[in-house]
Amino acid sequence: MKIVKKVVLAQIRDTRITKIEMHAPLIAAKVKAGQFVVLMVEEKGERIPLTVVDTDKDKGIITLIFQELGLTTKLLGKLNARNALYAVVGPMGHPTEIKNYGKVILVGGGVGIAEIYPVAKAFKNAGNHIVTIIGARTKGLLILEDELKTISDELHVVTDDASYGKKGFTTDVLKELLVKDKYNLVYAVGPIPMMRKVSSLTKDFNVKTLVSLNALMVDASGMCGCCRVSINNEVKFSCVDGPEFDAHSVDWEELEKRNKIYEKKEKEICKLYPVR
Amino acid sequence: MKKTSIKAKELSASSRIAGFDEVVSCYTEEEALSEAKRCLQCKDPTCIAGCPVEIDIKKFIVQITRKDYKGAYFTIREKNNFPSICGRVCPAEYQCRKTCVLTKKGSPFASEKAIDIHFLERFAGDWGMKHCSPQFNVVEGRVPARGKLKSAKVAVVGSGPAGLCCAGELARHGVKVVIFETLHAPGGVLRYGIPPFRLPRDVLDFEINYLKKLGVEIVPNFVVGKIKSLDELFAEGFSAVFLGLGAGAPSFMGIPGENLCNIYSANEFLTRVNLMGAYKFPEYHTPVNIGKKTIVIGGGNTAMDAARVALRLQRLNNIKPNVNIFYRRTENEMPARKPEIEHAKEEGINFRFLVQPAEFIGDKEGYVKKIRCLACKLGEPDSSGRRRPLPIKGSEFEESCDIAIIAVGLKANQVLTGVTPRLTLDKYKDIKVNPQTMETSMRCVYAGGDIVGGEGTVIEAMGMAKKAAAAIIAKLA
Repeated sequence: MKIVKKVVLAQIRDTRITKIEMHAPLIAAKVKAGQFVVLMVEEKGERIPLTVVDTDKDKGIITLIFQELGLTTKLLGKLNARNALYAVVGPMGHPTEIKNYGKVILVGGGVGIAEIYPVAKAFKNAGNHIVTIIGARTKGLLILEDELKTISDELHVVTDDASYGKKGFTTDVLKELLVKDKYNLVYAVGPIPMMRKVSSLTKDFNVKTLVSLNALMVDASGMCGCCRVSINNEVKFSCVDGPEFDAHSVDWEELEKRNKIYEKKEKEICKLYPVR
Repeated sequence: MKKTSIKAKELSASSRIAGFDEVVSCYTEEEALSEAKRCLQCKDPTCIAGCPVEIDIKKFIVQITRKDYKGAYFTIREKNNFPSICGRVCPAEYQCRKTCVLTKKGSPFASEKAIDIHFLERFAGDWGMKHCSPQFNVVEGRVPARGKLKSAKVAVVGSGPAGLCCAGELARHGVKVVIFETLHAPGGVLRYGIPPFRLPRDVLDFEINYLKKLGVEIVPNFVVGKIKSLDELFAEGFSAVFLGLGAGAPSFMGIPGENLCNIYSANEFLTRVNLMGAYKFPEYHTPVNIGKKTIVIGGGNTAMDAARVALRLQRLNNIKPNVNIFYRRTENEMPARKPEIEHAKEEGINFRFLVQPAEFIGDKEGYVKKIRCLACKLGEPDSSGRRRPLPIKGSEFEESCDIAIIAVGLKANQVLTGVTPRLTLDKYKDIKVNPQTMETSMRCVYAGGDIVGGEGTVIEAMGMAKKAAAAIIAKLA
């Protein structure tokens, strides 16, 4: 699984968002919008899931975009073209159900913008009217604006610090849109607090909402249950039952807490391996 | 002749819990010889019927008495491709040793007097591992390929005990085999489930390498059902497929609080440690949380493994070992192997019998802090033949814990079966097969191991895999 290209999409001090294109022809041939791969950078590494953002079936290439947050994503960001990963497996999870819903709003926050991109493209191809809201902390961390502009009927950009686009949060724009007009579907990916806020907003407006959950995983093939989430009080595994779920059925508080289980260990290991 | 069997030496409990070294030693030559000499060499041996793969036990034991260790090794290999694995993990006390003539008829498990067949098997297996070069091994074990078999190609899905065994059998008969494995390393439950102190990784690697020397190709990171469907495998030239998918989905109890942080399924806990090397964190990057008081729920081998791993993690991190197994019934009904229960007790694991968890209680950050249980008494036997645990009203009690591990069984993994509607499943979502051939409802698709009939032992999986391999050979020849 060789990397063929690497681009740093955004960088401000410690925060870096990186794109890699990887030769993985078998995965490229099968992967659909909404699915993910699991990778290991090295033999002693962790298995982490990453959404497949783009695919070139002819060249057998898949694209991944990630923020260098934990040790594994930092190690991944250190690799360059011609480096190989220890393991890549996929496509995992169910693909997004692509059909003509009508008017769709896609909400992407931070690196979640990368994850709404393949879904936005597929929705567009299925004839949907696409309104996209993307948001970042600051202008320098905003990714895929041009790509999303070309496939969206309407694009809204927000930054927390007003350095670009509108000042505020994606949910502010979402609320304005929902007040003004009727939409058939909202699709959101981003930090858990953002998705949670989107969910409570759209619940008030009674709009069906899908979210792609970023639960922690190990094998990602349904074998371990690490990624279990409560959906309508029923236990589901994000890896094989998801990663997408109806936002209004998700137990957000539980997910938020479970995703912090290894925060301490992550800090500890990042200190031990100063990658950059 | 010695009346009782010769016990293999073991590391002392205090030294073994300080690491993941193998607990049970191999017989020395003297021990093997004197144990082998205890065998009565029955005219009509009953032990063989107790072995799911019908190893010629009588023959390999007599070969050991004659110091023909190589002969013994290949006598076993003729029927079992993994003597060093099975010699370690087979529940012999319920199989060959139970049917050994020295066990009283009708006894529920082997008597003390029964020949320690599994220790002798391991002795021969480990001898072979040490003395037979892999190349030499292969030549000895191979059956000349006949007719069409030479050009046949079979896909094996899953590299656990069933998949490995089926692949080995087919390869020995000259069939080209490709094993597809979802994880990055082969072995299935032998690697992610069984801890190294019961099955050292070099033993597992040796047996898997042996298969590679036989010509078996192993493709890791490949999910059949996602990358390729069964139809696509056939279209690509495979003439048959064997499904050794395992019982890959952990069951939970469905009680409140089960998703609190630091509550693991045994599969997750063991996978983090055994497959991902979390006990060597931070050299290995996968973390696992280690608590001051761990509660493991369940009474099977997986529960024993999880508890013993948890205890070692505490010891390795200078935490006073405190691991507790909670089980609904009593020790008599525990499905775990007797020697594993003994090992767990020696190592200092506490057992609480007749307790049924009712709820987990957490703190405001969402971490488990307490378990609420009910005391039980035993009622009438249920469908498993074991007496059913009946919770006693008003017997509730709470116990503190900061790690909980749930080892209450496994269900079928449906990643492949869910996208292959032509595979007929039973009500447990296990694959239905013709019991004579192990063929599924799809032509030329066979299955074996835990995905057929639910959780069983390594050797039972191998028994099914061998039956399937024989049927595949008959069909393709």
